[in-house]
Amino acid sequence: DQHFHEQPQFKRTILLCFKKSKYYNPITFLPLNLFEQFKRAANFYFLVLLILQAIPQISTLSWYTTLVPLLLVLGITAVKDLVDDIVSNMFKNTKWKDIKVGDIIRLKKNTFVPADILLLSSSEPNSLCYVETAELDGETNLKFKMALEVTDKYLQEESAMADFNGLIECEEPNNRLDKFTGTLFWRNMSYALDADKILLRGCKVRNTDFCHGVVIFAGADTKIMKNSGKTKFKRTKIDSLMNYMVYTIFLVLILLSAGLAIGHTYWEQQIGNSSWYLYDAEDYSPPYRGFLNFWGYIIVLNTMVPISLYVSVEVIRLGQSYFINWDLQMYYSEKDTAAKARTTTLNEQLGQIHYIFSDKTGTLTQNIMTFKKCCINGQRYGKSVPLDFSWNMYADGKFLFYDHYLIEQIKSRKDPEIQKFFLLLAICHTVMVDVSDGQINYQAASPDEGALVTAARNFGYVFLSRTQNTITISEMGIEKTYDVLAILDFNSDRKRMSVIVRESNGNIRLYCKGADTVIYERLHPRNVKREATEEVFANETLRTLCLCYRDISDDEFEAWNKKFMEASVATTNRDEALDKVYEEIEKNLILLGATAIEDKLQDGVPETISKLSKADIKIWVLTGDKKETAENIGFSCELLTDETTICYGEDIRQVKSTKNFCVGVKNVQFLKLSQQTAEEKQKQTEKRRKAEAYKEQQQKNFVDLACECKAVICCRVTPKQKAMVVELVKKYKKAITLAIGDGANDVNMIKTAHIGVGISGQEGMQAVMSSDYSFGQFRYLQRLLLVHGRWSYIRMCKFLRYFFYKNFAFTLVHIWYSFFNGFSAQTAYEDWFITLYNVLYSSLPVLLVGLFDQDVSDKLSLRFPRLYVLGQKDLLFNYRKFFLSLLHGAITSLIIFFIPYGAYLQTMGQDGEAPSDYQSFAVTAASSLVFVVNLQIGLDTSYWTFVNAFSVFGSIAIYFGITFDFHSAGIHVLFPSAFQFTGTAPNALRQPYLWLTMVLTIAVCLLPVVAQRFLSMTIWPSESDRIQKNRKKYMAEEEQWKRRQSAFRRGLSSRRSAYAFSHQRGYADLIASGRSIRKKRAPLDAVLGNAVTEVREAHTAVANR
Amino acid sequence: MKNKKSFAPQEAEARPSRCPDNSAFKQQRLPAWKPQLTIATVLSTFFLTGAFCLSVGICLILSANSVREIQINYSDKCSDCSKLRENSYNWNIECLCSVDFKLKEDMLGDVFMYYGLQNFYQNHRRYVISRSDAQLLGRDVNVQRSYCAPFTTYNNGTPMAPCGAIANSMFNDTIDLFYNFNSSVIQVPLLKTGNSWWTDKNVKFRNPQSHNLSSAFAGTARPPYWQKPVYLLDEEDERNNGYINDDFIIWMRVSAFATFRNLYRRISRKRHFADGLPAGNYTFHISYNFPVTKFKGKKYVILSTMVWSGGSNPFLGIAYVVCGAAATLTGAETEVRVLTGVLP
Repeated sequence: DQHFHEQPQFKRTILLCFKKSKYYNPITFLPLNLFEQFKRAANFYFLVLLILQAIPQISTLSWYTTLVPLLLVLGITAVKDLVDDIVSNMFKNTKWKDIKVGDIIRLKKNTFVPADILLLSSSEPNSLCYVETAELDGETNLKFKMALEVTDKYLQEESAMADFNGLIECEEPNNRLDKFTGTLFWRNMSYALDADKILLRGCKVRNTDFCHGVVIFAGADTKIMKNSGKTKFKRTKIDSLMNYMVYTIFLVLILLSAGLAIGHTYWEQQIGNSSWYLYDAEDYSPPYRGFLNFWGYIIVLNTMVPISLYVSVEVIRLGQSYFINWDLQMYYSEKDTAAKARTTTLNEQLGQIHYIFSDKTGTLTQNIMTFKKCCINGQRYGKSVPLDFSWNMYADGKFLFYDHYLIEQIKSRKDPEIQKFFLLLAICHTVMVDVSDGQINYQAASPDEGALVTAARNFGYVFLSRTQNTITISEMGIEKTYDVLAILDFNSDRKRMSVIVRESNGNIRLYCKGADTVIYERLHPRNVKREATEEVFANETLRTLCLCYRDISDDEFEAWNKKFMEASVATTNRDEALDKVYEEIEKNLILLGATAIEDKLQDGVPETISKLSKADIKIWVLTGDKKETAENIGFSCELLTDETTICYGEDIRQVKSTKNFCVGVKNVQFLKLSQQTAEEKQKQTEKRRKAEAYKEQQQKNFVDLACECKAVICCRVTPKQKAMVVELVKKYKKAITLAIGDGANDVNMIKTAHIGVGISGQEGMQAVMSSDYSFGQFRYLQRLLLVHGRWSYIRMCKFLRYFFYKNFAFTLVHIWYSFFNGFSAQTAYEDWFITLYNVLYSSLPVLLVGLFDQDVSDKLSLRFPRLYVLGQKDLLFNYRKFFLSLLHGAITSLIIFFIPYGAYLQTMGQDGEAPSDYQSFAVTAASSLVFVVNLQIGLDTSYWTFVNAFSVFGSIAIYFGITFDFHSAGIHVLFPSAFQFTGTAPNALRQPYLWLTMVLTIAVCLLPVVAQRFLSMTIWPSESDRIQKNRKKYMAEEEQWKRRQSAFRRGLSSRRSAYAFSHQRGYADLIASGRSIRKKRAPLDAVLGNAVTEVREAHTAVANR
Repeated sequence: MKNKKSFAPQEAEARPSRCPDNSAFKQQRLPAWKPQLTIATVLSTFFLTGAFCLSVGICLILSANSVREIQINYSDKCSDCSKLRENSYNWNIECLCSVDFKLKEDMLGDVFMYYGLQNFYQNHRRYVISRSDAQLLGRDVNVQRSYCAPFTTYNNGTPMAPCGAIANSMFNDTIDLFYNFNSSVIQVPLLKTGNSWWTDKNVKFRNPQSHNLSSAFAGTARPPYWQKPVYLLDEEDERNNGYINDDFIIWMRVSAFATFRNLYRRISRKRHFADGLPAGNYTFHISYNFPVTKFKGKKYVILSTMVWSGGSNPFLGIAYVVCGAAATLTGAETEVRVLTGVLP
């Protein structure tokens, strides 16, 4: 099993998220699909009904009344399944590669790692391999992995690799991204393996031409997959509500049938037994006849449980999904990605979201750092036209800066401060350089640093190369080399870094950059520029960084260096000792200026967040980043503002760790102490990777507390923890959650939340693949929720309410009729009408309302986010609304029965013929019903397109067309027993009396509805009524705004400055150790240098213990 | 650090754009009318509907009142016959009964004669289905396969023609009307054809094809409750005999409710009765066959004139007036509240 997989263009890894094709075979499709469909309770119920109808004793309806709708429903569903199946089959064969444990694979630059791999060797010096882990933890800085020296030495050639034989013992597959323990046994030696030697699936190889590794975990065993959780079948709240309602109706059906059966028993005893004309030669007792009639009524009243409900709901959702896919305003032209509803069954849930859980990197931010502005010597630069950097051969083409004056200043070389400023940027960093094809590539520990060095490069101060103790830069075309005497690396406590260099004239100078607060404390007391620099970028939510320098005398440096050496070899508390030493030299600094870096947010993020929070949606940011970065982003996307009090979760954790159950209480006090005036509570929770087992009470406290807050930011969370947070809120708040993210680290969260949204962004497709909706930019979320979600919710609710109404109005007429026909299960309508009512006469208009209706336009929905609240509160469809719909249906059915009843009692036709026959009555009631339900949906339609009008009047026309056809002479002669209503419609409907009956029925059914609508609209207007009423005014306003398009932007949060070097300490250790700095060397050098003994061969084997 | 962007544009060029169409339908911007319930529309709806309903209602009431109708319960009046028929063994004993009544006013225009039944559940499910439409079309069908049971065949296998409970229980009283004019008794001429729907007479009911009617029904037997076979229903008129007998057709059109009227005869407007029935004394001569007392039913004979809206049922007129009044009042009340500022 010694494969060698070339992976030249290993396509974006596709996780195991494709459904297997269940029934694609053309022969097996039909039976299998039918079987699948009958597994659904509703369809099974109708199958049972069909069988019941075949029993002659209880068959009260013709066989076709259930069969025709059932066939239609099954047909539509089967077609839909077939299409789904074909579509998913088209995906299936692509991009799936078979990688097995023990394979050795080669990865090239910029490819995704397809499995968890033990790094064996790489093209880079010292077997380094740089990876980007944005998919895993959202951090975009490069991390380096280092192979064992021994493997790197011997395994450079393919032939050597093919002969590689070793035994790896390692832990079982788990989800800890940062831990790995194992041992490699090779050539009679054992080597310890840790996480530094493992490339995890989902990482991207960067700045490394190629590397080799052996697969340790593949497929579902990989750490990212272990983190991704199970795919659950998602259902919407309305779905489950609907199911309960169908059960309720079913119960009502049984109760009613039982009641009517008892009525029949009684009637048979009192009247039936003595009615000689009803003699049927069967010697059944009245209770037995009642029992038979129970089943008869189950059949007659089956339309109460609407057969086409489920398929109609699916059709509506499908249509709504297409509208999402088609939305031009959610199309991201830069990446050519349109929004996509990947799940077509969740649309109305989008209108009910309470909580949004957002990833940070790539979701809120673009994941690009840009050098935006700078302030040198009190002078601000950075507001003008784009600059042309073509004069600089080293310039990076993508760099943009907007100040011409600065360039002139630099070129004139008049101002030494400016020179020092850029020199500092070019020198003071831990970036490493990599020259390929004459292009300079920087590898930075943090994107901020990369941005600064790139900026310096563009302004003519190009960092060219470094060795262990020198650094070479090109200053405006002149190459200069500086001796680096010390690098005082960054860490999160120090919030600054410094280098000490000896300049060409022999002076020793310390260059330092760091967070403003830290630097101000250490400035020289007489430094006058302090005030000027302060607050320069404070208003612009940029990440600011102060630059300063200090000249050091030789003596002072010597003295300090001694201490530094001591500290750096200290065996205990080395870090603290070093920090202390660093502190001694970083003082009396002279401020040069400040830089402002923008962690570029995606377009429209603050607006989207403010819109969404106005819609009462709570937004939680969950990120793997560190606290400072997260907080910073919180401010820049206006999730946090200056009025808000921030409280940190460490306090909670301390309390929690002592197993104190009063977390909530204590923190509320803390909140109260710290914010006497501020109304908005906010909390930032830092959850360090802690034991996964919370105590239940603690979980609850956490959720309660967090939900008290206006915004929550969780940092340093693993993918699993992200999902756990979502799970907690789902569990304790019973709220609808939405998770949005773009990377593999969000997959678990996306799958856990009720709705998962994937941003098809920079970082591959894994999040998108497991999401329910995907689009290109975070800002489209507001349109997805406030427009599409809201509309879908309103449409679905309208649809359901009307659907239950129309079926009750239709079915209950049978019940009123049974009081007049001895509870004999005689239907009030013709069988064909019963067959086609749900299919043809009343389905299309409501389907179109479910697809097209808009109560307010999309613009107004976005402008008034409060409109969204009704979905969150389940205002439009709940048990109350359901029962009201049923009641409405019942009242309508009463009117539809009793007005014709009154009119028919002892009446005669215009021409003397007796029109009081059953068939005329059935036609009158049916016609009234068709008019009433179709006009009722007309009243319910708030957005009348020509399609709606066509369908409403078309349904009525179709009803009359079909009725006249079925009542025609020819069809009766052909099928005398199936079409018995010959001549009824033409004869009955030429009587003005019956038309007047219908008109009265319609008026009595609809006028109270109009009155009720109008009164409730005027007395208790809903938000959307109010807005709809004033929509002309709003439109005029909008026109005005467009005309005076002001450049005015509302005041942003003020005084705030929190620069954070991202993520982790830099490469200072690495630089100092000199390992990476040497140029590529032949493997043989290394062999000799390290003097490893013999070379043996055995078989490669990896054993997972 | 920005090289990840580099390959995205190439991919975009290689593919056709996924940009959705900018059509009104796909962008959900179809031109639409957004109706709103404003005070003006609601009030005008209510006032207009109210006015319409009131006027229709008044018309209906007026026309219903102009209908002259007389209804006589002869199952009570002929109590002897009723008693006799309670026992089914007396089925072949003839029972005649006459009922006198007085018309105080003329009944002008066409006058129709109905028989009415009360408490007769023609709409019972078991009853409604008990017929064979194919047989009534004159086809030779196996009635065993229809819903006619138990009235399908006799024990010896002879099929019943027509089969089924509806046919079997056909109304078989004969009612004649006599006018006592100047101490002479004139039989009022009655029309027994032209009383049913054209489609029934010409489509739904056909006699079996044969050279004469009795041979057409050869091999079949009358339903058990009948006194004579189907081809003797009207011996005088070939086109009113067998299945296409009007009385039979009308009976076979089952009623919607347990209390109903069926058209029996029309007054032939000849001689004395050219303008309808003049005021005076009349007598019904009834051959009483149809038993109703067993199921606590009642039988009526009804004479009525007709207007555009049918008979004298006042229900619809009253309902219209009530509905119209309610709509107008609601409209007025709303109007008042708007004017007084209670409603915005």
